[in-house]
Amino acid sequence: MSEADVLLRVDDLQVHFPVHKGAVFRKQVATVKAVDGVSFQLKRGETLGLVGESGCGKSTTGLAILRMLEPSGGRIEFEGKDITHFDKSSLRPLRRRMQMVYQDPFGSLNPRMKVRDIIGEPLEVHGLANDRKAFDQRIAQLMRTVGLLPDMADRFPHEFSGGQRQRIGIARALALEPALIICDEPVSALDVSIQAQVVNVFVELQQRLGMAYLFIAHDLAVVRHVSDRIAVMYLGRIVEIAARDEIYRKPLHPYTQALLAAVPVADPVVEATRKRVPVSGEVPSAMNPPSGCRFHTRCPLAMDRCRHEDPALRDLGAGRAVACHLHDMAAQ
Amino acid sequence: MTAAAKPLLSVRNLVTRFGRGRGAVTAVDDVSFDVGVGETVAVVGESGSGKSVTALSILRLIPSPPGRIESGEILFEGTDLTKLSEREIMEIRGNRIAMIFQEPMSSLNPVLTVGLQVAEPINVHRRKPWDAALGTAKQLLGRVRMSDTESRLRAYPHQFSGGMRQRAMIAMALACEPRLIIADEPTTALDVTVQAQILDLLKDLAQGSRCSLILITHDLGVVARYADRVVVMYAGRVVEQAPARELYANPRHPYTRGLMASVPRLDGDTNKRLVPIDGQPPNLARLPTGCAFAPRCKQATDLCHRERPALSEIGPQHQIACWLETPAHV
Ligand SMILES: Nc1ncnc2c1ncn2[C@@H]1O[C@H](COP(=O)(O)OP(=O)(O)O)[C@@H](O)[C@H]1O
Ligand SMILES: Nc1ncnc2c1ncn2[C@@H]1O[C@H](COP(=O)(O)OP(=O)(O)O)[C@@H](O)[C@H]1O
Ligand code: SF4
Ligand code: SF4
Ligand SMILES: [Mg+2]
Ligand SMILES: [Mg+2]
Repeated sequence: MSEADVLLRVDDLQVHFPVHKGAVFRKQVATVKAVDGVSFQLKRGETLGLVGESGCGKSTTGLAILRMLEPSGGRIEFEGKDITHFDKSSLRPLRRRMQMVYQDPFGSLNPRMKVRDIIGEPLEVHGLANDRKAFDQRIAQLMRTVGLLPDMADRFPHEFSGGQRQRIGIARALALEPALIICDEPVSALDVSIQAQVVNVFVELQQRLGMAYLFIAHDLAVVRHVSDRIAVMYLGRIVEIAARDEIYRKPLHPYTQALLAAVPVADPVVEATRKRVPVSGEVPSAMNPPSGCRFHTRCPLAMDRCRHEDPALRDLGAGRAVACHLHDMAAQ
Repeated sequence: MTAAAKPLLSVRNLVTRFGRGRGAVTAVDDVSFDVGVGETVAVVGESGSGKSVTALSILRLIPSPPGRIESGEILFEGTDLTKLSEREIMEIRGNRIAMIFQEPMSSLNPVLTVGLQVAEPINVHRRKPWDAALGTAKQLLGRVRMSDTESRLRAYPHQFSGGMRQRAMIAMALACEPRLIIADEPTTALDVTVQAQILDLLKDLAQGSRCSLILITHDLGVVARYADRVVVMYAGRVVEQAPARELYANPRHPYTRGLMASVPRLDGDTNKRLVPIDGQPPNLARLPTGCAFAPRCKQATDLCHRERPALSEIGPQHQIACWLETPAHV
């Protein structure tokens, strides 16, 4: 991808959390390497899906990019600027360019604020709400954009359903016309019949406004539907990244293969003939990840080498990269 | 299930209500379905559609007050469970019919070892002394494919991962060789690779002993992978039921069709826009007089808003409750 197109570049990102013990004399007893060497790029107007099972570091990656968490290492470059260690005052203008939509439409909105003020808060904070009439018009426009009726602006969040609350969260994220929206499980708390409504809002907004999404979710079918490219995470690392159709048609990493095979397809005829790739066990603790390849304790194809040699994320060309010894050779 | 074979379970016109007077809700409203011997029946529907209340009614676990089974029959091996005394239903619960819940932590006792809890139904229902029951419990942990069963027996639930707890629940459910297991969203809280492990295990073990399974879920993929027959619920009612293959090949109720069009599939066409179901899930306290789906249904007519359609046969073992397929009685 050409340099000018790159909106976000994440290079060897690390986010480590200290684990303390004891109430009075807090002593650090361990470190959770929640994100441990994540690298990827995101183009303007593109959607990168970030998938993986709970605890693999998806949310932490998103929060570190937004600089709501301090990276322990690596580099984050956004719109050509190294933002890895931006201080508070440098972060302020950054917030206009990068926004977040959260999973929980119930917890993420202040219950005592009217919808108008929730959506308008980012405008207020950035001093863009001085003209009352223009402000009201902008709120009405934002509400229409996400499919809410502007005359509901004076209501409180509890008067809205889950799907409508998620629309409020999206309108708020849109207020400052960001170049990037990080969506952290934005539909997983919604009922299945409502999820499609919100997914369509995301897709249509991008077509109209052209912002990029980092779309974090554990539902692989939803991610496939919205993404241009997909990155699969396992225990703090990206194990495979590729164009959407490539990864679904021909997953290369054994974990990607297992993950895709585990998702049932809503068609009994297809299900009856699908190849199953069972993986044993569960994700090990991020506090004490396995040596070598982190997936080796569950990998049906693990070799001796996998137990002590950590595979690097290797570029296989055509925008595809895989971290697995089986694909070392292919990369030479 | 062949038409001639007698079903293991036959739920007939079940009505379960909560509260009284104006605030009363009918959580399960005239629900009827059968479960054949060795059959896996999926109950699908979004949250609040009455799936759990149906399951709890079968086991007579509806908290009362505020809830009660108001009418209907639940015929299990020929006995109407609604007529049994508390002592008689205790003989069936955890013995002939076992249940697995979504959140195993809420059904496991945190201060007792896993071994004791798996052994308990064997001690209670089979009247085996504790040491023998614990021996059987150890075997059961092996059957749910736990390794190192000796130390697992002595562990406490909080020392288990989510997947391990659900395995322990399955071991408990299997303890007395039940004829029916009701699994209520058993893997909703688990990651997808673990979900596949647990459901494969449950299905294998049930099939191996010709035990029937009621699998409650909101995931159409899970239904497609594991179910023989499907019951679709909406607002406390059965709106469609059919053999799984028939239902997916030929969904007939507008709600079922809507669900299938709104959920993205792993093998679906990504260029196609998802077709959402408009509107909001129903509020049971304020249901319309006619068809409960009418406020969201693109095909609704005056009749739909006025009167409720009854469940009727539209093909072999295929039933729907919709005026579109019921000759209007003018
Ligand atoms: N503030 C925190 N302090 C300590 N550990 C954390 C914190 N936030 C996340 N973690 C740990 O980091 C890992 C990754 O978490 P997260 O990014 O939330 O994963 P995901 O979003 O993929 O489910 C997990 O093991 C989690 O327990
Ligand atoms: N303990 C209870 N008290 C009052 N109402 C209840 C209770 N349990 C369930 N209900 C009512 O029954 C409806 C159906 O609930 P449930 O069967 O749990 O739905 P689901 O399909 O999500 O399992 C709920 O929307 C609620 O109105
Ligand atoms: S490196 Fe080895 S253990 Fe890791 S995914 Fe590849 S084959 Fe499996
Ligand atoms: S009865 Fe009418 S409103 Fe109800 S699902 Fe059928 S067509 Fe739609
Ligand atoms: Mg998360
Ligand atoms: Mg339920």
